[in-house]
Amino acid sequence: MTDQYMRTNTTIVPDERGYFGEFGGRFVPETLIPALDELTAAYREAMADPDFQAEFANLQKTYTGRPTPVSYAKRLSEHLGGAQIYLKREDLAHTGAHKINNALGQALLAKRMGKRRVVAETGAGQHGVASATASALLGLDCHVYMGSVDIARQQPNVFRMRLLGAEVIPVESGSKTLKDAINEAIRDWVTNVNTTFYLLGSALGPHPYPMMVRDFQSVIGIEAREQIVEMAGRLPDVCVACVGGGSNAIGLFHAFRQDEQVDLIGVEAGGHGVASGEHAARFADPNLGRPGVLHGTRSYVLQDADGQIMNTHSVSAGLDYASIGPEHAFLRQQERAFYTLATDDEALEAFQMLSQLEGIIPALESAHAIAEVVKRAPGMPKDAVILVNLSGRGDKDLDTVIKELGKRT
Amino acid sequence: MKHTGTVTGVEAIAALFAHTKAQNRAAFLPYFPVGYPTYAESLDAITAMAEAGVDGFEIGVPFSDPLADGPTIQAATQIALENGITLRKCLDAVRALRGRGVEQPMLLMSYLNPLLAYGVDAFVVDAKAAGATGLIIPDLPPEEAALFSDTCSREGLAMVFFLAPTSDERRIALVNQSATGFIYVVSLTGVTGARTELPADLRNFIGRVREHSDKPLVLGFGISTPEQARSMNDLVDGFIVGSALVKAGKDDAEAVGILAAQLRAALE
Repeated sequence: MTDQYMRTNTTIVPDERGYFGEFGGRFVPETLIPALDELTAAYREAMADPDFQAEFANLQKTYTGRPTPVSYAKRLSEHLGGAQIYLKREDLAHTGAHKINNALGQALLAKRMGKRRVVAETGAGQHGVASATASALLGLDCHVYMGSVDIARQQPNVFRMRLLGAEVIPVESGSKTLKDAINEAIRDWVTNVNTTFYLLGSALGPHPYPMMVRDFQSVIGIEAREQIVEMAGRLPDVCVACVGGGSNAIGLFHAFRQDEQVDLIGVEAGGHGVASGEHAARFADPNLGRPGVLHGTRSYVLQDADGQIMNTHSVSAGLDYASIGPEHAFLRQQERAFYTLATDDEALEAFQMLSQLEGIIPALESAHAIAEVVKRAPGMPKDAVILVNLSGRGDKDLDTVIKELGKRT
Repeated sequence: MKHTGTVTGVEAIAALFAHTKAQNRAAFLPYFPVGYPTYAESLDAITAMAEAGVDGFEIGVPFSDPLADGPTIQAATQIALENGITLRKCLDAVRALRGRGVEQPMLLMSYLNPLLAYGVDAFVVDAKAAGATGLIIPDLPPEEAALFSDTCSREGLAMVFFLAPTSDERRIALVNQSATGFIYVVSLTGVTGARTELPADLRNFIGRVREHSDKPLVLGFGISTPEQARSMNDLVDGFIVGSALVKAGKDDAEAVGILAAQLRAALE
């Protein structure tokens, strides 16, 4: 497995056309192709410009609060009785999730490109809040598309975005969740392409987004790799992260890609279980999850036999999406990363466990990663090390959790 | 202009433009989605337009996530999906329309994913056998189209690509080289849907495309009225109307035929 992967050498994926192996690419209307070319060129210029890098690094330090710490989860480790568990605390980043890393990077790029109007999509609302925050900081005009189902289940974030000066536009089409919010954001971008920057929130969409979002999020893994070596005295045996579009996971995994001894585990949303058909587990359902094209990129997509995109279900709005970033499809095909799932019930249990044993209320998304740790740690030796990305905090999810736990008692 | 089994799609489209050029007018190529408001009524609407003397068709295949479409076509294709319309059923529709004697070129307009799910080679072969003339895939730029080009050229199906006001000279040349049949020129930056006015700089944009292109240019997006249709004669080789016809088709296939006849008459 590793041989082939090393030959591929992730430092050069994606290729010039935005392909990670057979995944990725650019499947969008012609109107957007020149905008994507312009964005790719501007991104490469910015990344090569020491002034841009310095401004970004300074904001990460003085505004976001980076580096975020790694916490040793002593009581959780003891409770599970196996591997030692460490948490990368993206929940402590400003706005309460990893989304700010990418939002600040792209907002700086928008400003550099002279585009004052920004559109974004959001599922759980974390990327919307991060985009609204970055826009407030940099004086950009921010418009966030959000499915009306997600608006209902993530009210605190809707209020936050409006408070931050963003316009939140409810999306009533299709399943009224993240997928439809992306459709509307793309339609807005097609219409206003000359003046507008599309601030896409996950490692998906047409090239260069999967590459650019990965790069902006890779700070997670770069920091965590150094921190874990300092705290545990060595590299982890396993890195675990939840995967919706996959930006927090790719951000953690990227720095470990050459460390063959480190297993990389992505956790998809199992919803009510794969057998129920109500889930967002693109890799785990061989009937519905097949390679296809959604939102400009070729990756695994939950679809019916006719190629229509399926509605998905997860208790966590941020994982409730029918496709997955193309680099994850590539890492899985190369057998460099492995993917599993956690059901709604498992995530809710992990949500409570981490709250009670560590005093940390995780986002429901991140609780999926914790749920995998709960399954995996007891079977591992006591000197084994698990590093899990705690991608966000759970304050936004309290209403949902109260409702869900009410249903289960 | 007549469709027969021995004429390729590319040839049928070439004959279409030879015919309209001889008449000194633009070709009118209406769009209508299969399955709206019902399967039967969509076939009636298309048949009514054929009888009204339109020059060809874009036959819309419904998709769950039509990101290049505005509210009218989104809503109509959503209803078509609820009516159980699949890609296979759209091929049935083309076959049924040929059976009814519709002779004009018919280009299937579909987003990419249903075609991938069907299997590209199988789809191109089946589309040709059903009587389709060509393919229009809004989320497939020429850079990604290698998958289709061999099979399409073997089967003689036209493969239409898009140009937009944002396309530069390099892209105009690329699309001109890749497209067969015609080039679909998007009139504005935006999604499909009727607009009261077309962009002021449209003539400059078309001129810019002409400088680097020798294929027939068919304008779409935003065109809905006979007045707009009349202005197409000295501007482009053909034009597309979609949303306005879909709106007319809400209750009545006959109303679609009447609007199509008015748009067609405006070209005389």
